[in-house]
This record gives sequence, C-alpha cells and structure tokens, in this order.
Amino acid sequence: MTVPVAALAAPSRPVAGSVFERANPLAKLAALLPVTAVLVATMDWVSSGIVLVAAVALLPLSGIRVGEFFRRAWVLVAAALVSAWGTALVGEDSGSVLFEAGPVSISEGSVLAGLATGLRILAVALPGVMVFITTDPTDLADALSQRLRLPARFVLGSLAAFRLLGVLTEEWRTLGQARRARGVGAGGNPFRRLGSWLGQVFGLMVQAIRRATKLAITMEARGFGTGDRTWARESRFGAVDAWVILGGVGLAALAVGLSMATGAFNLVWA
Amino acid sequence: MPGACITAADWGWRHAGRTVPAVAGLDLEVPAGQKILLAGPSGAGKSTLLYALAGVLDPADESEESGSLRVDGAVSRELRGHAGLVQQDPETQVILSRVGDDAAFGAENLQVPREQIWDRVRDALDAVGLGEDQGISLARDTSRLSGGQKQRLALAGILAMRPPLILLDEPTANLDPSGVLEVRDAVLAVVERTGATLLVVEHRLAVWADQVDRMLVLEPGGGISHDGSPGELLAPGPVRDELAAAGVWVPGRVPTPITPTSRNWRSNAHRNGPGFGQYRGDIDRQMQGVVDGAHSPTAAPSGVLLTARGLAVSRDPVTPGWRRRFGATPKPVQRDLHLELGAGEAVVVTGANGSGKSTLLLTLAGLIPSHAGTLTAGTVLKGERAGHLPDDPHRWKAADLVSRIGTVFQEPEHQFVATTVRDELLFGPRHARDPETGQRLFTDEEAAARADGLLAALNLEPLAEVNPFTLSGGEKRRLSVATVLAAGPEVVFLDEPTFGQDANTWAVLTGLLRGLVAEGRSVLAVTHDADFAAALDARVVELEVAA
Repeated sequence: MTVPVAALAAPSRPVAGSVFERANPLAKLAALLPVTAVLVATMDWVSSGIVLVAAVALLPLSGIRVGEFFRRAWVLVAAALVSAWGTALVGEDSGSVLFEAGPVSISEGSVLAGLATGLRILAVALPGVMVFITTDPTDLADALSQRLRLPARFVLGSLAAFRLLGVLTEEWRTLGQARRARGVGAGGNPFRRLGSWLGQVFGLMVQAIRRATKLAITMEARGFGTGDRTWARESRFGAVDAWVILGGVGLAALAVGLSMATGAFNLVWA
Repeated sequence: MPGACITAADWGWRHAGRTVPAVAGLDLEVPAGQKILLAGPSGAGKSTLLYALAGVLDPADESEESGSLRVDGAVSRELRGHAGLVQQDPETQVILSRVGDDAAFGAENLQVPREQIWDRVRDALDAVGLGEDQGISLARDTSRLSGGQKQRLALAGILAMRPPLILLDEPTANLDPSGVLEVRDAVLAVVERTGATLLVVEHRLAVWADQVDRMLVLEPGGGISHDGSPGELLAPGPVRDELAAAGVWVPGRVPTPITPTSRNWRSNAHRNGPGFGQYRGDIDRQMQGVVDGAHSPTAAPSGVLLTARGLAVSRDPVTPGWRRRFGATPKPVQRDLHLELGAGEAVVVTGANGSGKSTLLLTLAGLIPSHAGTLTAGTVLKGERAGHLPDDPHRWKAADLVSRIGTVFQEPEHQFVATTVRDELLFGPRHARDPETGQRLFTDEEAAARADGLLAALNLEPLAEVNPFTLSGGEKRRLSVATVLAAGPEVVFLDEPTFGQDANTWAVLTGLLRGLVAEGRSVLAVTHDADFAAALDARVVELEVAA
C-alpha cells in the first residue's frame, strides 16, 4: 500500500477532497491578498464583477456545497444589498433623477454607485468566506507558527481558546435554560431584558474563566509554554499552493486590466 | 522506563489569599512504581498535593511553600514532562480538535522528533482503547467524544509523553458507571505496562481500593493522618468510620438519607386557594395512579402532573422560518416517547450516554421545545390559579414555571443569579407570579420565611450572606436544590444530582427529596446512581440509544 506524502506529513489531517482544502492556508491567504488589494483600491463594477464571477466559477474547486455557501454568506449578501440601497439613496446624484422625495433622491448616477458598492462588498467578502470555510484552524495554526514563525505560545493558545469558544456557545444555551428554570424571564421592558442578559453574560464569564484556568493547567502540565517544541504535523507547500497563489495574482491582474481597458478603473484616493 | 520516587519532608503549601495552609507538615516516601490512592475529606489539600507534584503550582504569586517536595530528587517545577496530570472536568482535558493532534500535544512540547511522535501517539491511543483498530481515526473530532473517551484521550496524551509519574485528580467523578470502569481499566493497563508511579484522588474509593498498593488519608490543614494498604484502612474499624463520617465514599456503605427537620418552607402557593384540601387528602390515590403510559392509561386524570404522548426530543431547536431550507433539520435523539408523571411519584431516568436522558428532562421541564408529539400539564400541576395557562409548559412564562416546575441542573453555578445565598433563595418566591392577574404569589414576608426555612433545613444558615460562587461543591449542590424548592414547585427535575458529590451531601439530598415525595410532590431525576434510585424507591425508566 502506498501512503500519500501528505498523510506522512500529518496523519491526523482529514483526507482533503477539494483543491482549496488541500492547499496550504498561507497560500490561500497569499492569493487572497492581491485580489482584495485591487478591490479596495478601485471602486468600479468591472473589477468587482470579474472577481465575483471568478469566485462563483471557483466554487467547485473549493468543494463547498452551494447550500452551505449561502447559509454562511447570506448575512454578507444582505449587508451588500443594504449598502447598495443606502448609497443609491444618499449618494452623489448625477444623470437623470429617477425618484425624489425631500432630501432623498435617486438618480442614474447614484444607482450605479450603489450597484458598484454592493458588488464591491460581495467581491471582497465572498472569496474570504470561501477561504474561511475551506481552512481548518489547526492547519492555519501550523502554517502560522512553522512557516511565519509566529510564537507557538500565542498561536496554540489561540487555537485552544478557539476550541473552547465552541464549548462556551453550548454553555450559553444551557445557561439560558438554567436561568429560565430559576424564573428569570426573557420578557419585560428593555431595561429588565438588558439586566437579565448582563446576568447571563456574567454567568458565562465565570464559567469561561474557570474553564480557561483549568485548560491552562492542562496545557502546562503537558509541558507547554517554555522553550522550543517540535511539530507533529508538517506545514508544507506543494504544487497546488503555487497554482493557488498564481491564480490569485492572475485574477487580480485580470481585474485591473479589464477595468482599465473599459475605462471603469477608479482609484478610491484619486 | 522506571517509575518516579517522591520524597516529602515537612512539606506545606498556602494558597495566595488564604490564611490557613492547604497542606502542612507532610512527610512522605513513595518508591518507584507504587500505586497510591489519596483519600480525605473535602478541603484536605489532595488536589494541592497533586498540582504541586505536577509542577503547576506557581510559587510566585503570594502563595507560600514550606519544607521540601521532590520528585526523583528534583523540584517538580523544574522537571518538564516528568508528571502527567488528568483533572476532573473532561471538557478542559481536551486541548486540540483532532484526536491525533491532542494526543501528540505533550510529546511535541517535549521536543520528541516528528518521526517518533506518531508511533508514540498510535501506541498511546491503542493502549487506552481509542486506536484506529477501535474505529477512531486520528482525525476524529474531539468534541464528538463522550466524557469517558475524553478522559481516556487525556490519558493517551500523557502516555505519549512517557512520564514516570501519573497523577489523576478525580478522573471519573463526572462519568457514568461504564465510563468509570473504562477509564480505570485504561489507567491500570497503562501503569502496568510502563511501570509508572500512580497517584489518584477519588471520592468513591471502591473504584480503586482493590487495584492500588497503598492508601493515604490527608487531613484538612495538615499532613497524612493514615497510611496503609486499602485492605487495612477500609476494614471495619475507626479509620473506616472516620472516613465515612467525613463524607468519603467507603466501599460497601450506602449513606442513610437525612430528613431535614424544619418544615416551614413547605407550603404551596397554588393550593392556598379553596381547592387546597381537595388535593392534599388524595395523595395516596394519586400515587397508585402513577404508571408508564404504555401500561395503564386509566390513571386518574387529576393525579397526573405531566403527560407526554409521542414526544420527540432534541437539544437543537427546530430552525425557525425560512432558514430551515439551508440547514439540515436536527434529528431528534428520541422519538415516540410516552410518559406520565403522577403526583407524589419518584421517577429515575437512566440509559447509556447519548440516549437523550437530559434532553428528555429539559423538554419535560418546559425548558426546550419538543420536536413532535404533545406534552400536557395536568390540572394538579397548573394549580387552582392557573388562569389560561397553556397545556405545554414550554409556552409558560418563567414566572409561571418557577412555582410549578423546578429544575436542578448538573452544574449548580449555571443557576446562580444573586450575590448572596439568602438572596438566591428569595429570588424564586419573589419572581413567582399568578398567571391570571400578574400579581406576586408570595409577599416579602412569605418569601423571607421560605428562604429562612430552607437555610435551616439544609444547614446553610452560617453561609446566608456568602457569595454562592465561593461555596464548596457540596454546599453549591445543596443551595441549587434549595433555590428551586423555594417557590414551592409541584415537581422537581434533577440532572445527575449526585455526580461528584461526597457521601454527606448525598445523604442530605436524598433525605430532602424523600421528604418531598412523602408529602405528595414529584421528583424526576436523570441519574446512573442506583443507590439514589433505591433511596427514593423510584420507578426506573430506561432509555435506549435510538438507532
């Protein structure tokens, strides 16, 4: 039986299906960086549109199911719509006025600006969501400490705290039930609600501190915190990572090029 | 790898902010490879000694060390990876999110080369029964492990470090009986194989008594009061009696439930109306009308507090509205449950991990919605002043719930809402409302009388002005039960009330609950504690893990 090289580097890593899941988290971030930089720099719908189209086209490579993707990203879609609407209402007017009511007016120019804003938010956010969904926190921690040489104390501490967050989410729910059983109501006036919410936050804080203290002892008792350590999992770069980075740079270049060619390129600070 | 030797000479430790030392004048000589059970009452400094041996006690912050404590001739703080420690709460024993990574964590810190780590990890996981042969991959998500599996994973993480000293601080206190045995057997197998020295602290001595070489008894604020083989110390005699009196679970002894004497907190607001006597006199009739729905649907309707028909339960609520389309609908952990709870009945729900016992309890208690089926509160439970209270307790307001259904959670701290013990007891009666008029059920004087009665009944009077979070484990448990009784609920639900409790707290708790049942209230507890079920003479309902 032949064991794949990746499995030797980290036998505990789940067998990755998609290209994005196989790629090194740092490679994904490196690919994301130029794309985001272009979108931040220019405010036009061509570059945003190209990145968005590319993101949707790359969805199969990420291995994310469409339903799953929208379940995670719907908040961003909503935010983009709200921003687009807001810009259309209050944005600088130009061209023919489509609708006017007091200080609020919608013109062709402000509608286009609104569309561009909405597209831009989506184009910045969706590739980020794709990277986020396909990146395992453990792999990211390995890459950050082994490749970027960030201190292990900080990286692994954050990783353990991140896991504890999931435990605390569950605890928040239990606290709510436990307090209802005591007669703490969910209703009442806003001040009452705020008071009861703060009480629950306090309860969660107490549990979080208790848990964190115990966890710190557990980690210390396993020799964590002083001196060097070895890494059971190797964070390595492969051919996939080169392609991912190249893809990111290529996409950024394409976005800038087409946007300039169509004359839509519009530096934010210019 | 030989085991570690421990030498203590007049050793003591005072924690920061305390005036009395946790341990003082401890003299101890432990040869390599000995297996030791550490016993003693709460507050005897057992955990302090373990932490000191593990090298995780910090001498910097205002705490004070005296005498000397050495492991293999060195101060334990300076020996990294020499001792492995497993603590009580399984949730804090897991560090990383994959089984293999978590087991490798300690070895990485000891700078074991990568080529060796995975051999060690596989070996360690096999030894504790979490290996790939047992169907658990290295990539398995650690949050999907049971409590017993998490404790065994912690043990594997330690084993991969190959430490000569293994320290266990109540490793099985939060586990069900099968979990207790799986962890104990894994520990014994590991110690057998490596020859490591073992020190284990446990309340329930029977788990380890036959398996260890030596037993040490610590006394509060002092050193070792008894030192001998478990056979000697636990044989009928003064030491055994002394331990039992201190609340230690000595093998083969079930504590006698202690019935509280004070009674002035036991009145029920709903029954103060004209219908009061009508129910009171009928307790005996109600008790015989208490059965599993499947057996006898003929139970007198007035005697039934809660009726569940075709109930499906799940921790995850049915996702509301349009979002349901995007996520998978949570699968109920149990479905088609039929259950009736009668007045004056004691019921114990048992079942393996993952059978949904606690979920069922939360659903019956009106704290989470059911997924299917009906849950109906009977007129006895709703009481005289029920008004237009809905049938399903989940739709009641918290203020209506608290005087009818009391729920005691596994972790007492989850239910503390006030800053003193007395305010904690006043909270329920002050918030209980009449559903019809919205008026308070108890006046301030009545609430105070109930709180004082409970303080007396549960020996909490000296602690009345203390912050609940600073109480000991047993005191917290007693308080958490008292707080839900304060508003006079008709039925009390309890989730694993005896987990991690010493024998004295156990006796007070069972005595209290027996008293409730005797006067016609109902008790339903989720527990694996067979002695508890026997003490309450409870009907036992066993849940099977749904396919």
